[in-house]
Amino acid sequence: VVMAVAQLYFHLAPKAEVGVIAKALVRLLRSHSEVQYVVLQNVATMSIKRRGMFEPYLKSFYIRSTDPTQIKILKLEVLTNLANETNISTILREFQTYIRSMDKDFVAATIQAIGRCATNIGKVRDTCLNGLVQLLSNRDELVVAESVVVIKKLLQMQPAQHSEIIKHMAKLTDNIQVPMARASILWLIGEYCEHVPKIAPDVLRKMAKSFTNEEDIVKLQVINLAAKLYLTNSKQSKLLTQYVLNLAKYDQNYDIRDRARFIRQLIVPTEKSGALNKYAKKLFLAQKPAPILESSFKDRDHFQLGSLSHLLNAKAVGYQELPDWPDEAPDPSVRNVEVPEWTKCTSREKRKEKVEKPFYSDSEGESGPTESADSEPESVSEESGRRRSSWRAREEEEEEEEEEGAKKAKKKKASQGRKSHTETSSEEASASESSSSGSDSGSEAEAKRRKVPPSSRAGPKEISLLDLDDFTPPPPQPVPSSSIVSTSLVTDLEGLTLTDTSLAPALLSPAFGAVRTYELLHRMAGEGLSVEYCFSRRPFPGDPHMVAIQIQISNNTDAEVKSLRVSEPKPLSGMRIQEFPEIERLAPGDTASVVMGIDFCDSTQAANFQLCTHTRHFYVSIQPPVGELMAPVFMSENEFKKEQGKLTGMSEITEKLMLPEKCWSDHAIVQQVTVAANVGRVPCGADNEYRFAAKTVTSGSLVLITLERREGAVAQLTVNSEKMVIGTMLVKDIVQALAQ
Amino acid sequence: SVCDYFFEAQEKAIDVENVPPVISTPHHYLISIYRDKIFFVSVIQTEVPPLFVIEFLHRVADTFQDYFGECSETAIKDNVVIVYELLEEMLDNGFPLATESNILKELIKPPTILRSVVNSITGSSNVGDTLPTGQLSNIPWRRAGVKYTNNEAYFDVVEEIDAIIDKSGSTVFAEIQGASSNCWYLMRFHLPLCHYLQNPRLLDDVSFHPCIRFKRWESERVLSFIPPDGNFRLISYRVSSQNLVAIPVYVKHMISFKENSSSGRFDVTIGPKQNMGKTVEGVVMTVHMPKAVLNMNLTATQGSYTFDPVTKVLTWDVGKITPQKLPNLKGIVNLQSGAPKPEENPSLNIQFKIQQLAISGLKVNRLDMYGEKYKPFKGVKYITKAGKFQVRT
Repeated sequence: VVMAVAQLYFHLAPKAEVGVIAKALVRLLRSHSEVQYVVLQNVATMSIKRRGMFEPYLKSFYIRSTDPTQIKILKLEVLTNLANETNISTILREFQTYIRSMDKDFVAATIQAIGRCATNIGKVRDTCLNGLVQLLSNRDELVVAESVVVIKKLLQMQPAQHSEIIKHMAKLTDNIQVPMARASILWLIGEYCEHVPKIAPDVLRKMAKSFTNEEDIVKLQVINLAAKLYLTNSKQSKLLTQYVLNLAKYDQNYDIRDRARFIRQLIVPTEKSGALNKYAKKLFLAQKPAPILESSFKDRDHFQLGSLSHLLNAKAVGYQELPDWPDEAPDPSVRNVEVPEWTKCTSREKRKEKVEKPFYSDSEGESGPTESADSEPESVSEESGRRRSSWRAREEEEEEEEEEGAKKAKKKKASQGRKSHTETSSEEASASESSSSGSDSGSEAEAKRRKVPPSSRAGPKEISLLDLDDFTPPPPQPVPSSSIVSTSLVTDLEGLTLTDTSLAPALLSPAFGAVRTYELLHRMAGEGLSVEYCFSRRPFPGDPHMVAIQIQISNNTDAEVKSLRVSEPKPLSGMRIQEFPEIERLAPGDTASVVMGIDFCDSTQAANFQLCTHTRHFYVSIQPPVGELMAPVFMSENEFKKEQGKLTGMSEITEKLMLPEKCWSDHAIVQQVTVAANVGRVPCGADNEYRFAAKTVTSGSLVLITLERREGAVAQLTVNSEKMVIGTMLVKDIVQALAQ
Repeated sequence: SVCDYFFEAQEKAIDVENVPPVISTPHHYLISIYRDKIFFVSVIQTEVPPLFVIEFLHRVADTFQDYFGECSETAIKDNVVIVYELLEEMLDNGFPLATESNILKELIKPPTILRSVVNSITGSSNVGDTLPTGQLSNIPWRRAGVKYTNNEAYFDVVEEIDAIIDKSGSTVFAEIQGASSNCWYLMRFHLPLCHYLQNPRLLDDVSFHPCIRFKRWESERVLSFIPPDGNFRLISYRVSSQNLVAIPVYVKHMISFKENSSSGRFDVTIGPKQNMGKTVEGVVMTVHMPKAVLNMNLTATQGSYTFDPVTKVLTWDVGKITPQKLPNLKGIVNLQSGAPKPEENPSLNIQFKIQQLAISGLKVNRLDMYGEKYKPFKGVKYITKAGKFQVRT
């Protein structure tokens, strides 16, 4: 069980949580030796990828003399993987104890482990090397041979300083019989014969004497050494080389014969092979990259942890690859706990669509039916898109934890991109608007029109970011008569986002209901400069405690307006204003759109500041409606009830009201409430109840709204909030909105 | 047969413990465990978590032990019929089925002398005719309708000290592994029972028997459970080296081999450290001597020693340590003539036992039972033992 959980955690968990399994795995190390064997294999793999995980348990991997050899070697592997600059001294001390062990296989493995530690951690390389050189005087041949091989690898990294060691090793050639070690020494001498000019020919002489009795691998290295010496020091070694090559010519092994022939052609100048001759030195004495000593467990992690294939490092019969991260998000319903309710919601939404079908006017015949026909698959795909986005967002969060630097930049870029995207589009929208109807008549139709485009645009765009071609865009230039359709479309979208809110975690992007625009500076007062603002209901990028305010500045004068900026904000105590970046210039007839953030401290006090141009100052103030001081929050019905239970008594405000006829439908109520306040819908089991939840932006205190429909048009509105002032005002606002 | 590969691997390995647990053959995979001088080998064909197989094999070995009292070659040979019956029940068509010994014992009666006599006369078998009812209860660890004449509950806290002590006597690594195994013989017990530990914060890494209600532990640090019948391990825990572990004994040693001579000196003294007023008992020291050692001539001031010249294992049974007279083992080691001096001094493995003391300081405060009229006999026992306690020399 522990292994299975470990497997899951290893493959899926973010870094912070992975420590939990390390403890459990270490505990498993106390059971039977077979279990130890399997667990250690897996720990070895894990420790490569996630070193920090097992570091606190380093001492648990210390080796006992009674452990079986295979366990010892695995523990050694883990220890080596865990070695870093801080703990290397303790590990090396342990290794020193191990070297004196009786188990020779284990000693050899330890020497290799020391070599690996030395390559990985530069600081201790010299210490390791010294230790290994001391081992050269060990009586056991196997140990010496192993250390020679490791020293060779280490020396390759920094040969210049260690000619002493090479000399020492040259002396050893007489004693060492293990072929691999002999070959290693010869190779070293050949490679760095410049550092030991006197010894090298002597070694060659000795080797030439015993050439016929050597192992194949040693013979090859002797030929190599001879060739290299011939090139660097031909005077002393010419005859010796000839002799060795002649011996090799009649060797039993074809590989050696071939090598000898090849080298003779290369280095001994004849008439024919002049061309290659020149490059012989370059060929033989080229800089060789140092080998990288790495764990044999390195490539194992592509097998699923804890499986048989992983243990054998080969694909076993019936092994199933771990699937990649899914590209397609799984069906959202599998995660939805409140399935019945959710389906009810959507079905209600669909019913609504069907009911509204007759309302589609003829002019909209083209887009209308396709819309409703498409709506079913669309809603699904849209939802899955959304799901995916939230999934991605979560993933991103996790990744961010892991590698903050890189990701953050990326994410910032992404969010910037998105922001600029929306900005440009709303700019577009307002531009088209101002061009089509330059004069602000202030008529009802105008207001409605204003209300429609940004929202309907924002809707599809938000989606089109996710799946581009799923959505048929709504009519781009709705004529005033189509406003009903558009709004129904909007609510349609809104409904979907609302049902989605039950899936998305925590604070969510607000519903793109109708966005109301307020005037900041009238055209007359601003001498041709008109400024409007709306609450964009998005989280302000810089500071989550600020309310984002989108400001649209249009220049209706015939001169250019320069250096438009906010100056001298006079915030009340605690209130903070994040100014928008200065607008350099605004051409006549142009419109600019900027976002600024204000922290209203959960009060409806107005924020006063000056809007400056290069010539004039305008005193302006923004007073937020209470509904804009909050951000929607997701919670389940149970959570809602629980929180509501906590907020009774003084913090509960109840109001009875009569619903007007047009607000009898479900979606109308939902829409009116969400227009009045930036709240998120909470799924609800009862048919005649509507629940909404939000958090105030600054203090994050909960605001819970319940609307219960009684007999006929009577309804009861309950607002629970810690902030009583906000609660009272919100009740007033919502009642007003519903009574309209 | 498929097992040939295994025998081959076994021959190749010098030491029995070095046989690889997982062997890959062209068509099958062999997973083996080694217990009590017997290899248990299982053959599998497809991908399966190896730990799962190993765990199952160990469970099989446990069951044999439970049935026959010991898990040895002779026991298996004597009871080959029951072994087959057991395996049949435990492994159904390649899938593990009934592994709880409670349920198994109802299916297949454990062998007794009387029953074997009866069986040989009547010709009936050990296999029970009825399906075990307990299998269907939602508490798989407890049979339904158990009856005992006396109701008893024993609670043992056994702690083992794992430690590595280096040459100079300083502790390299120390850790306490604890387990509380319980023994319950209670009637009709279906209501939860709680017991309270004095300082549960000490426990670093805990694993529970499935009968414990984890929620309760998480919130209140109280163990609440419906106990299984008979012997079982309620919790096992680990107290890591961060909390300082008090090592109750110390060892003075002097082992040396002379260069170019066939003898060496051996001198070991064991003494108690702070033992909190309790005596250290059952001290046994085992040493794996190097291969070159031929024989040892030692004198012990206390206890007796044996040296096995084949396996080169020296065992010194000390018994109780009294602080006034420290036990000492001294003498001469005879080496093979001509063999080089062993490079490494052997490490000493030490076993000991301290009664009525839990070295980590864990205590059972109270044991409450709910919903029962009778008063069972309750008993708590603490023992500290040496686990893998090793002194490097």
